[in-house]
Amino acid sequence: MPQRQLTGSRIRERRLRQGIRQAELARKAGISASYLNLIEHNRRRIGGKLLLSLADVLDVEPSALTEGAEAAIIATLGEARAADKVVAAQTEAPEEFAGRYPGWAELLVRRHRRVLELERTVETLTDRLTHDPHLAAAMHDVLSTVTAIRSTAGILAETPELEPEWRDRFHRNINEDAKRLAESSQALVTYLDEDSGEETGLASPQDELEAFLTDAEYHFADLETAGADKVDTILESAEMLQSAAGRSFARQYLERYCDDAERMPLVDTIAALRSLGTDPAVLARHFGVSVARAMRRMAELPPTDGVPQMGLVSCDASGTLIFRKSAEGFALPRFGAACPKWPLFLALSRPLLPVRRVVQQDMHGRSAFLAYAIAEPVTEPDFGQDPLFQAHMLLVSLGPTDWKPEEVRGLGVGCRICPRTDCAGRREPSILTDGF
Amino acid sequence: MGKHVLVIEDEPNIIEAISFILSRDGWTVDTHSNGHDAVSVVRAKSPDLVILDVMLPGKSGYDILTELRQDAATQNLPVLMLTARGQSKDRELAEKIGASRFMTKPFSNAEVLEALHELVPQ
Repeated sequence: MPQRQLTGSRIRERRLRQGIRQAELARKAGISASYLNLIEHNRRRIGGKLLLSLADVLDVEPSALTEGAEAAIIATLGEARAADKVVAAQTEAPEEFAGRYPGWAELLVRRHRRVLELERTVETLTDRLTHDPHLAAAMHDVLSTVTAIRSTAGILAETPELEPEWRDRFHRNINEDAKRLAESSQALVTYLDEDSGEETGLASPQDELEAFLTDAEYHFADLETAGADKVDTILESAEMLQSAAGRSFARQYLERYCDDAERMPLVDTIAALRSLGTDPAVLARHFGVSVARAMRRMAELPPTDGVPQMGLVSCDASGTLIFRKSAEGFALPRFGAACPKWPLFLALSRPLLPVRRVVQQDMHGRSAFLAYAIAEPVTEPDFGQDPLFQAHMLLVSLGPTDWKPEEVRGLGVGCRICPRTDCAGRREPSILTDGF
Repeated sequence: MGKHVLVIEDEPNIIEAISFILSRDGWTVDTHSNGHDAVSVVRAKSPDLVILDVMLPGKSGYDILTELRQDAATQNLPVLMLTARGQSKDRELAEKIGASRFMTKPFSNAEVLEALHELVPQ
């Protein structure tokens, strides 16, 4: 049933919520109770002066009666229904439910969104547990050592006639393994303890840089105006930069940030984005910089009205991700390789040629992104050396009406946590489906 | 002479303990500690049974088993897989590519012996 035909349902719901009898509302609005009954059951259309009178008596904006639940709530209800196999086939329109029971509809929408958030968290944690090489290696080490101790202890306990030389040997093995177990367990606990301030040697310098940038939300206001003079101050106060290598990475990043800010000043960049749009090639031409620099600068901006949310991913020539700024709705693998269908890798296979695609990770079709990707050399031209390339992909969040389903390319995060089946790019089974 | 078992495992103290209990149980034990050339070692030694760890340097136990199952000579060779990962997906993968048995670390000596006796009756 179309939204406009549900005005009567909303009037009835408001009246009942306020405890007003039908006859009383009809009298105050100057109509008969039987006519109001027809209106409330959507058998008479309503508008004009009578709508204003009823809204006045119910003390609500007329639009609350004619428009009812917002389109976003109705759309989310539709998604929630489509996601559930049991109720997906039901024919009742979400508009009708939202119109009759706006409070329940809002509750359902909030719960549905929470479920989606939790699903994303589970995906992220699963990704970490299955792809974190440090965790996997540490767990394997612990379990192997425990196995050796258990097996050796079993021999000592169950073989009373054991020769002295064997007994000594197995005692020595158990002693070695016990020491090793103590060390590996301690390293594991330290690694899992996020509050540990010590340099564990288990977190990579890249991890430290990512934590540092995430904490700053990838924007350094002090560097926009004061430039490189503030780099030392920022580094000194960054507690998450524990290792010398991590601090060195951060320094390189901040110095490049200053260079970006000088060539593409904050105010000018925001103004250009508002007037020219989000095409990084257009901005690159406008400021006379490389497309990669324009992309990077766009991802360094603070949240700003009129500028969409943007994420950035970069990889080196081996395809290894070397920079990650995620965008809500587009997950990036914490460890392990990314989805080979990302435009980032298409760009890597055809250097210097810009790639633009509308992409979607979400199989429920909720959010889409415009992905701009390009691979540029990181080395100076040299006839004696092969060039080395890095690829960059800028992700611009699209509004619900900014894309058409037929232009969308579906892709994933990485094979291990991707539920897509029949994918030519799959290289390993998914933990969510059989995969192959 | 007892039945011949090849233990492919990279943890020296596990190798020593398993070798000891299998020898005392009457098995002839050979050991190997890297995945890289494990398939050729299996072909050369022609054991009656292989105990195969999943995480090995050079090549994973899954890859080794896949290669063994593609070779007519080792297609039906009993293989007991050992792993530190006990997820059902790992077990399913091991069964899918042809593991005869799948055992999760840590295991007891009795469990290993029982599995071997089931796979290769003495």
